[in-house]
Amino acid sequence: MEPVIPIIILALPLTMFLVLGLFGHKMKHPVAGVLGTAGMGVTMVLAYITAFTYFFSGNPEFIDADTHTRLQAIVFNVDWLAFTDSLVIRLGFLLDPISALLLVVITTISFMVHLYSNGYMRDHHGVWETGFQRFYAFLSLFSFSMLGLVVATNIFQMYIFWELVGASSYLLIGFYYTKPSAVSASKKAFIVTRFADLGFLLGILVLSFYTGTFNFTDFTSTEVAEGVYRVSEGTAEGIRAMIQNSAAPMFMGASVLTWALVLIFMGGMGKSAMMPLHIWLPDAMEGPTPVSALIHAATMVVAGVYLVARLFPLYLMEEASLNIIVVVGALTALYAAMVACTQIDIKRVLAFSTISQIAFMMVSLGVARPEFHHGLGYMAGMFHLFTHAMFKALLFLCAGALIHAIGSNDYTAMHGLRKHMPITHITFLIGCLAIAGIIPFAGFFSKDEILTATLGHSTLWYVWMSLVAGLTAFYMFRLYYLIFWWKEHKVPAGHHAPHDQPWTMTLPLVILAVVSCLAGFVPFGNLVTWNGEEMFESVSFITNLKALDWTVASVSLAVAVVAILLATVMYKKENPLPSKMKNALPALWRWCHHRFYWDELYMFITHKIIFGCISKPIAWFDRHIVDGTMDGIAYVVQRSSYAIRTLQSGNIQKYVWVYLIGALLLGAVTAVCLM
Amino acid sequence: MEITMLYYLIPSLIMFCCGVYGFITRRNMIAILISLELMLNSVDINFAVFNRFLFPGELEGMFFTLFAIGIAAAETALAIAIIINVFRVSEKIDVSDVTKMKF
Repeated sequence: MEPVIPIIILALPLTMFLVLGLFGHKMKHPVAGVLGTAGMGVTMVLAYITAFTYFFSGNPEFIDADTHTRLQAIVFNVDWLAFTDSLVIRLGFLLDPISALLLVVITTISFMVHLYSNGYMRDHHGVWETGFQRFYAFLSLFSFSMLGLVVATNIFQMYIFWELVGASSYLLIGFYYTKPSAVSASKKAFIVTRFADLGFLLGILVLSFYTGTFNFTDFTSTEVAEGVYRVSEGTAEGIRAMIQNSAAPMFMGASVLTWALVLIFMGGMGKSAMMPLHIWLPDAMEGPTPVSALIHAATMVVAGVYLVARLFPLYLMEEASLNIIVVVGALTALYAAMVACTQIDIKRVLAFSTISQIAFMMVSLGVARPEFHHGLGYMAGMFHLFTHAMFKALLFLCAGALIHAIGSNDYTAMHGLRKHMPITHITFLIGCLAIAGIIPFAGFFSKDEILTATLGHSTLWYVWMSLVAGLTAFYMFRLYYLIFWWKEHKVPAGHHAPHDQPWTMTLPLVILAVVSCLAGFVPFGNLVTWNGEEMFESVSFITNLKALDWTVASVSLAVAVVAILLATVMYKKENPLPSKMKNALPALWRWCHHRFYWDELYMFITHKIIFGCISKPIAWFDRHIVDGTMDGIAYVVQRSSYAIRTLQSGNIQKYVWVYLIGALLLGAVTAVCLM
Repeated sequence: MEITMLYYLIPSLIMFCCGVYGFITRRNMIAILISLELMLNSVDINFAVFNRFLFPGELEGMFFTLFAIGIAAAETALAIAIIINVFRVSEKIDVSDVTKMKF
């Protein structure tokens, strides 16, 4: 493949960032908006062309004609920092099933958000938000970083762009930088993810130290996984040494490979908001809602999932690391779903829902084994990543429309909006049905694949994840009824009667709703699998339907329907049932409502233990011992010079006195000596 | 009664000590200047006396005295000029009050 299009895909958002960032403030608002949107639109078209070429052109560069295996194709790879002959850091463009998939997802969602923001970032009187151009510049920076992350050819490039998405996320969460809550939320997100990235960096160092390579193609070629080691000799030796525990160095009872993978997963936990590093994501909702849709629902937060998927053949070598992923994912999924049931702020409900759904993907990757349905879990995780990006972006953009109309994040200010905002109502309902897993919406298929893969691994986790799926349907419909049903307020909470939005905001909703209806029918098994092999002999529109395991599907469908009915009974009209339930289990409700006190726990650890017991003594030592020594020296010199200063009075008569007395003394001494 | 060197030197010593005393204790700048002149003059007397008694027939001491008188006159003129200028600025000729140029 010619590298021209891939280069433009990366260069265009970067150029937009530079143009809008440097000259944006001189442009008129609509010009900046249209420029940013058009740039992203072109990028999206080019990404579609690239992905289409990769998946469907049948080019031998991309697919092995004999085995029908999709290959990893490096479009270009330039030496960027050549420290030594062996330590070279490259920047490149890697095309394989998951990066092509992510190219499509990122550019689609990003374009929708660019379009939507044209309407969202101005108030009802058409007054533009302060910093509108800056907003578009940051969106372009984020798109560039995220695209660079997914097409990385080596883990170091991925790390660089990983940090860049973190930085642009920080900038966008803190977009309303005059609001203290937004500032502290952006700081929190940055610090928590930076802390996790420390693990990622250590993992990279361990892994590359023992294998002698940064390249993904070395780590993940199927030959590595099958033990053939077609990769370069040094790498093969390194990986072999890491796998064979007898020859590999051990550290605290685990092989270095396990350590490297777990440390790398820690980076993924931070970005993907897995427990216990999830605390930043709910607060990140302080940013503008389109940002939440783009970064904190659809793209950046799945970077952790993408990272695990990217290194999946390596993870496969260490059962233990995959089991850790499953446990972390399952705990997070249940936790976030429980918390989501009790939140009041609609964006926070969606944030916890995002955490829960990402945990689904993690579990799915963790339970994937090649021996079970060609690694169904891997495919299912990626499938869910794709469908989730679509319907969660849809839900967030709907939430943005509601917030824009009402002027509050609080669902108690909404109620009964279905008559006023019919388009938002329908699209939100489609999003809810998709996330709840109702056939034939997108979420049904991907979630069903995940549950099938989980059942193939262990029954416990299957029951667990089905429960979480039921909770998902319950809290989403709770939210839906609370917003759109109930009796509407006599006096609108907003400044005026709510109504649907301008077309720039409506169009993305409609497009994403349509995609959420249809995405489930994409024959994913033939496009994205862990080793690139196609799952089905022939594909048609109903391939996914035919491939369903109907026992699992009917159970999950039944769970979802029951959960929705429960939510309908409890929340369709104002009734005493929810408060009765709340009063029946006050402790559980309180814990869920306060998010199981994780933030308080972190506050306790950081403020009381780290600041109080470590930082304060260090600060005291610095202030009193280190500074005190220096101050003491200065003080002594100063005092003594004050004392000496009076000797030099400038008074000649005094000098003469001293001279005279001195001369007399000298004379006397001389006289005594001579005698 | 023969007049020896001592008859000249003792008044000269008294003059010098008066000069030193006046220089140290006086606050008035003119008075300090006068004390200074007293010391200089006592030294001039010493020069003349030593020349007259110890090296009769030579004139170095006498010339030195003349030089010293000349320089002392110039110096006094300079000092008076400074004192007058100080007086113009601060209206005082008391040394303890003239501290403007200190530090």
